[in-house]
Amino acid sequence: MALIEPFAGHTPMQAQRFSPYSDNGGTIVAIAGEDFAVIGSDTRLTVGYSINTREQSKLFRLSDKTVLASCGCWCDVLTLTRVLNARLQMYNHEHQKEMNTPAVAQLLSTMLYYKRFFPYYVSNLLAGLDAEGKGAVYHYDPVGHYERNQYYAGGSSSALLQPFLDNQVGKKNMNGVVQEPITRERAVAIVKDAFISAAEREIHTGDAIIINIIDKTGVKEERFALRKD
Amino acid sequence: MAHFGFDRFSAGPLWHNGPAPGGIYNFPGRQVEDSGRFIERSKQPITTGTSVIAFKFDNGVEKGVAIASDMLGSYGSLARFRDCRRLFKVNNQIIIGAGGDYADFQYVQSMIEQKNIDDECLDDGFSMKPKAIYTWLTNVLYNRRSKMDPFWNNFVVAGIQDGEPYLGSIDKLGTAYVDNIIGTGLGMQIGVPLIREAIEKKPAMSKSEAQQLLVHTMEVLFYRDARSFPKYQIGIVTPDGVTISDPLYLDNQKWGFALYKK
Amino acid sequence: MASVLCPEFTAPGFSFENHQRNAFLAKKGFPAPKATKTGTTIVGAVFRDGVVLGADTRATEDTIVASKNCQKIHYMAPNMYCCGAGTAADTEFTTASISSQLELHRLNTGRVVPVVTANMMLRQMLFRYQGHIGAALILGGVDNAGPHLYNIYPHGSSDNLPYCTMGSGSLGAMAVFESRWKPNMSEEEAKQLVRDAVAAGVFNDLASGNNIDLCVIRKGAVDFLRPYQVANEKGQRINSYKYKKGTTVVLNQRVIPIQVEEEIVRKVPAPDAEESMDTS
Repeated sequence: MALIEPFAGHTPMQAQRFSPYSDNGGTIVAIAGEDFAVIGSDTRLTVGYSINTREQSKLFRLSDKTVLASCGCWCDVLTLTRVLNARLQMYNHEHQKEMNTPAVAQLLSTMLYYKRFFPYYVSNLLAGLDAEGKGAVYHYDPVGHYERNQYYAGGSSSALLQPFLDNQVGKKNMNGVVQEPITRERAVAIVKDAFISAAEREIHTGDAIIINIIDKTGVKEERFALRKD
Repeated sequence: MAHFGFDRFSAGPLWHNGPAPGGIYNFPGRQVEDSGRFIERSKQPITTGTSVIAFKFDNGVEKGVAIASDMLGSYGSLARFRDCRRLFKVNNQIIIGAGGDYADFQYVQSMIEQKNIDDECLDDGFSMKPKAIYTWLTNVLYNRRSKMDPFWNNFVVAGIQDGEPYLGSIDKLGTAYVDNIIGTGLGMQIGVPLIREAIEKKPAMSKSEAQQLLVHTMEVLFYRDARSFPKYQIGIVTPDGVTISDPLYLDNQKWGFALYKK
Repeated sequence: MASVLCPEFTAPGFSFENHQRNAFLAKKGFPAPKATKTGTTIVGAVFRDGVVLGADTRATEDTIVASKNCQKIHYMAPNMYCCGAGTAADTEFTTASISSQLELHRLNTGRVVPVVTANMMLRQMLFRYQGHIGAALILGGVDNAGPHLYNIYPHGSSDNLPYCTMGSGSLGAMAVFESRWKPNMSEEEAKQLVRDAVAAGVFNDLASGNNIDLCVIRKGAVDFLRPYQVANEKGQRINSYKYKKGTTVVLNQRVIPIQVEEEIVRKVPAPDAEESMDTS
């Protein structure tokens, strides 16, 4: 039986230790293709065993060719994305152009490391098109280590989904598979299927998925329902 | 915090017997105070209010946000103050509901009142919109949590934003979200399931139906929340303006089951 | 020493022989593995002619769903069932053990076992173990005195109530009962109410979910409805995840021929001998 979170005010004589972090759940997935990138998140925001809202997208559109997915401690997500948006706007005004994806990736890393000793407790994925128009996915740890990958899963179901992506996108450890670039339809289908499976087996993931597909024409958004229990 | 192999607020030494990052080398025989730690200023809440519940209604004719909270100020387990108003009219399009520490709420309330005065002084005819106060509260609360000195509150912002109902919630960490239904504390665990079920059955609700649902939810909350009280207030925000009721009483309580024969 | 001739009978009750070792390991930073929790919304309500019990079917191990269709309504006696929340193993073994005692009791007395008897046996057992058996139970049944419903806590206290809920989803479920339960409901009303109470847990509590089971107990008849409702349909995956034969890499291969040595002894009876009976 799960513990019920004590609410403020039970016992004033007993000190309640204050924790500046909370785990608000959520899962994010991104896959890069030749000339596109797909990034998705679920829409459930939780605290403890309760659902705060069933309609919270964790995708943040930073520009026409860059989308950030961010989850973990929601108050940190809000602050991080707000500051990041401000930095991007400053860049726009100074340079009269949008920052390209690899530069945003480096900026995000710097911003995370700036908080090295009071970190943003956040799992980040950045997807977009790089300067050559190729699909790119970057993933981060909470204090700013980052790496460019072809695909990645983050958030509460990451341990469930990363092996699945390694198998289905990375085609790892299989005999006689043809390594060919992933098509957009297959990438979207894999992201969707991954979330369906995560919602089956992980309690903080569910309600709906929002998928953003980024290519040279811009960002397209799709939405699918997931189970709600 | 499974991601961190160290204590939340201080890193381990970079090498064996070395200083923690940001710290000073501790030579043998010379004790230097570890300066890399946070000072924890946070206190615990003293006089507290329990849950706030709120939801949007819209039946095509009437639309707005309904919000309710009881009027008890608990002093630990003592039902100490019985006339604590926890719904606060900010202007003609916003109500803020507050749970948690009552002193912190009053302090934030006075800050908002000062903001109102500043707005008034500009005399440009504009006043804050709900989203503005929601964002402002998020920043204020996040800022205080980052100083390890939080405002120990849950705030619910109910209002009309450009003619449409607006409802948002912010907790003491600065965790903020908007939704059609919001409950804080036990209101989230007991009240929200009831409201979600009712709205699923009847998505288009009139103002009076919304009010009825709130009264019913407050009644159930009173049955099961040991820090609640049968005296409460209801606030309604519609495009026509804000009303906060006089204190109401739960006068149709059902305790028949107490007579259940064993 | 145990041997085939003189087997060692284990002492009744739990074995504590590894307690000291485990405590030592825990101190060394090797904690005992976590038990599966049922997470759970379980409820029960009394109606005009009986009792309706309800439960979700999700079992969790921390944040992972360990079972999607776990049975949380346990059989106690022909006139009695019991919902269990808490540590899955504890609820199963506690109810099974008391159930077997109830059957012996029934055979000894030759009567329908009263529900209070089961209640008393459960709470006495749980009290003895001072809460270490993590079973939170809702016991419901009908005996000659009518319908009964008991709430039993892991430490051994119990309540006799017209409606009750347990588990992490108990608050949402209780909200439904508090707003809609009334005395002398019909069976259909009671089933709907119990379904709605469990559904409140299923949809609002993360540790509860999947299907809704019901158990209706009337005098002389039980309806065990499993599942009563599939509250959530599983999403339809788009791709097929079947692998071609030979996808798994075979790193090396060695064939060890099995040499079969066979000896067949067949007794051929004498042509006119009487067929003797096999007495071996």
